[in-house]
Amino acid sequence: MNRSPYITDASTVSMIMLKVLVALVPGIIAYTWIYGGGILVSLAIATTTALAAEALLLKARQRPVKPYLTDMSAVVTAWLLALALPPLAPWWLIVIGTFFAIAIAKQLYGGLGYNPFNPAMVGYAVLLISFPLIMTKWPAPLLLAEHPLSFMEQLKFIFSHVLPNDIKVDAITSATPLDYLKTQLMLKHEVASIREAPIFGHFGATGGEIVTSAYLLGGLYLIQQRIISWHLPTAFLAALAVVSLAFYAISPAHYANPLFHLMSGASILCAFFIITDPVSGPTTPRGKLYFAAGVGILTYLIRVYGGYPDGVAFAVLLMNMCVPLIDSLTQPRVFGHKK
Amino acid sequence: MNAIINFASNLIRGVSSNKDVFKFNGGVHPYDHKAESTTLPIAQLAIPEKLILPLRQHVGYIPKVLVQVGNFVLKGQMLAKAEGTVSAAIHAPTSGTITAINQQVIPHPSGLPDMCITLTPDGKDTWMQLQAIDWKNTDKKTLIGSLRSSGIVGLGGATFPTHIKLHTNGKSNIHTLIINAAECEPYITCDDMLMRERADQVIKGIEIVQYLLGAEKCIIGIEDNKPQAASAMTMACVGKDIQIKVVPTLYPSGDARRLIHLLLDIEIPNDKRSTDIGIQVFNIATVLAVYRYFEFGEPSIARIVTMTGNVAQPQNFEVLFGTPLQSLIAAAGGANPDTTHYIMGGPMMGFDLPSEQVPITKAANCIIAATADLFAAPPPAMPCIRCARCAEACPVNLQPQELYWFSKANNFEKARDYNLFDCIECGCCTYVCPSNIPLVQYYRYAKSEIIALDKAKESADLARERNDFRLVRIEREKLERAQKHAERAQAGKTETKLAEATKEKPPEKLGTAANTEVTTDKQAAIAAAIARAKAQKLASANVAELPVENIATSATTKPPEVEVAELKAKQEKQALIAAAIERAKAQKLVAAQAGVTPKNVENVSAAVQAEINEIDALREKVKLAANTKKPE
Repeated sequence: MNRSPYITDASTVSMIMLKVLVALVPGIIAYTWIYGGGILVSLAIATTTALAAEALLLKARQRPVKPYLTDMSAVVTAWLLALALPPLAPWWLIVIGTFFAIAIAKQLYGGLGYNPFNPAMVGYAVLLISFPLIMTKWPAPLLLAEHPLSFMEQLKFIFSHVLPNDIKVDAITSATPLDYLKTQLMLKHEVASIREAPIFGHFGATGGEIVTSAYLLGGLYLIQQRIISWHLPTAFLAALAVVSLAFYAISPAHYANPLFHLMSGASILCAFFIITDPVSGPTTPRGKLYFAAGVGILTYLIRVYGGYPDGVAFAVLLMNMCVPLIDSLTQPRVFGHKK
Repeated sequence: MNAIINFASNLIRGVSSNKDVFKFNGGVHPYDHKAESTTLPIAQLAIPEKLILPLRQHVGYIPKVLVQVGNFVLKGQMLAKAEGTVSAAIHAPTSGTITAINQQVIPHPSGLPDMCITLTPDGKDTWMQLQAIDWKNTDKKTLIGSLRSSGIVGLGGATFPTHIKLHTNGKSNIHTLIINAAECEPYITCDDMLMRERADQVIKGIEIVQYLLGAEKCIIGIEDNKPQAASAMTMACVGKDIQIKVVPTLYPSGDARRLIHLLLDIEIPNDKRSTDIGIQVFNIATVLAVYRYFEFGEPSIARIVTMTGNVAQPQNFEVLFGTPLQSLIAAAGGANPDTTHYIMGGPMMGFDLPSEQVPITKAANCIIAATADLFAAPPPAMPCIRCARCAEACPVNLQPQELYWFSKANNFEKARDYNLFDCIECGCCTYVCPSNIPLVQYYRYAKSEIIALDKAKESADLARERNDFRLVRIEREKLERAQKHAERAQAGKTETKLAEATKEKPPEKLGTAANTEVTTDKQAAIAAAIARAKAQKLASANVAELPVENIATSATTKPPEVEVAELKAKQEKQALIAAAIERAKAQKLVAAQAGVTPKNVENVSAAVQAEINEIDALREKVKLAANTKKPE
């Protein structure tokens, strides 16, 4: 019988997922430094929920549990969602979001390889629509906070929403720069004066831009390891930069500069970790360019004209819908076929 | 920072530093395992106790056996003669007695037995009278014709008869000869060692082939993991107009279309052969065989085989065709005890051998003793995560992940649309798949299913057509019988009348009239028969051509069939009309000459008329059916 090839390279799905997790580590370290150890608790809650939901649904679907649980894809989804949520989000929010991502968006569509939508973004969108107030309130970075919380205080807050006696919830949270910019622009302020607020850093958010830079580092590692192709992040960032530059050029007073858009919100996380989900993304090189550019443009439009401060989740989900079309329209030329 | 530098270098990686060599998409870098079998020189394998020579060692028709059991044959004597255009002869690898001509297990992926000639050597190894060919002073046509009885086939593994590749019909348009010495599959080193040790003979062979093709240019492509072979070839080429290009090691650079792209930056269109644009590719070992045939008159009786993998001492051997595999294994010091089975060819495109008894054939470039460790069974397949690594690795630029979905879902039409038949089954996609999906297996399955479906459809169409014509034929025969009946009856009456007439008319005239009647009737019948035969021949010729066309361009199955059906119906009708006209003319003539009009002719034609109408209606139906098939 002809069953060649007899040899394969060493790559496996779990190795790919593991490398994605490794690439997230610099970002997590920076996150912990800026916002405190609470994120580690969030990650733990999300991971546990994801694995439990995966196992439960695999059992219910009568699929082998072990190979799918160890492929690490659920952990990647969990981490991405936890990192996208506000720090110090209550435990039940993380549980609901992660469960929805794994059980509904992934397993009910057929599990690994079959989900048409990015599970982490489905989880995020569900939470954003259901709990908009919690989802848009971010704690200030530790260095800006009047009362920086210790790890134990953060832990207590996550699980019981209780703060030390002398601190009010409002005192530790603030709007994100994207949110703040949007509300201030509506109050007819100009970008330059808005950006004098302490929550704005050199490029994006104070503190946040450090986390973003760490994500960028991890993203470059993924490209170097050939886990993701350069097409997606490049096209996403280029499209976001070009659109924001166009608006910025027309009216710098009303539109933030491109660098701000690239370095704030979930832009970098999206560019290297979210739109690079292979399952819900396109497969052809040209398709990747179109898809990522589409996400970039939609992200900008939702940020500027939409009802939510950041547009990444909805932009990704909208473009996920276009993937089958993009793939079929961007088939590369086969060797020896006419140009 | 490192990441940034690496990123930049990844971007630049596509640009080759060697301007002489162009790059094809994809490809993989499996560990080559070539060092193991290149430590020792090529050794001559002793004559075994028994040689088993499969008749089918090449692509094409089975050769015709010329010997019988019990015959004594000399080394080099032809045992089976090339039959048909694409075929190759089989020769006795040594002197001895033919002891069997029967079915035996052969090295083939199917594992099924096939016809073989068994030769028991006498140990004397006596050559038959060999005749060298003075190729420089013989015309090309004669040379190529004589090559047909050399038994030489492509020794790279494709085993296509060599004389056909050289057959240029007198007017060669081949401008470039490419010698494929890439040897890109891991483990295989037979061409490497051949170049190291026999470079001079190879160059002479190249000169002969280049002369026969009339090619102005010759390029030898060698992968850069064979520096010794490349330098040996460079030395042998000094002063010759032969170019050696060292190409980067990247599987599957040894695929002919990939190699042409690498060396010349030419993409052979998918619907053309390289020869259509003046390029012919020869494997390097084949060229050596051509040299030995012309220089010494030696037919193809042996080849160099790499015996490697889990054996005590991997090495290359010159092996007589028909040598059982176990002799080769023994010569390499025997297989280690944990050997599970043997693979013929390389690990990317080879196949499992059914047993150790199988003979070494013209296709056997490499035998690998396999163990569970060397070729571990892949872990269970996971779902496809659409990572598109397979698409990146595909040298044909296909989208393997899409082909996989379609093949798995038995959506064969879609698979065909996505150019499944451009797949060369190189295995790169399976090699890189992180989900361990046996992708090539799916493509092999889909291809065989599509071919089987096409064939089934074709034969169903043919059967339907045949049935339609059977009905027409039955009707026609009925008609003819009725007509003959009528004619006979009419002839009887005419005779009576003529007998009466003879009393008044001179006898000579009667003789002529009767003769004319007979001859014209006969002529008409013959004319009709000829016309019918012609129509049938034409129709059947068209039908016979169908399968060939279908294999080549399976997408265009419909139109030829419709044409055939229409043509058949038309020509049948024409033949019948012609016959009827002839008959009518003959009758008229008879009547005119005899000076009488047969009384019952009108009655007969009226009776027959109904049948004619019926047949016409039927024929119309057939035509209609053929026409309605068109829109499909």
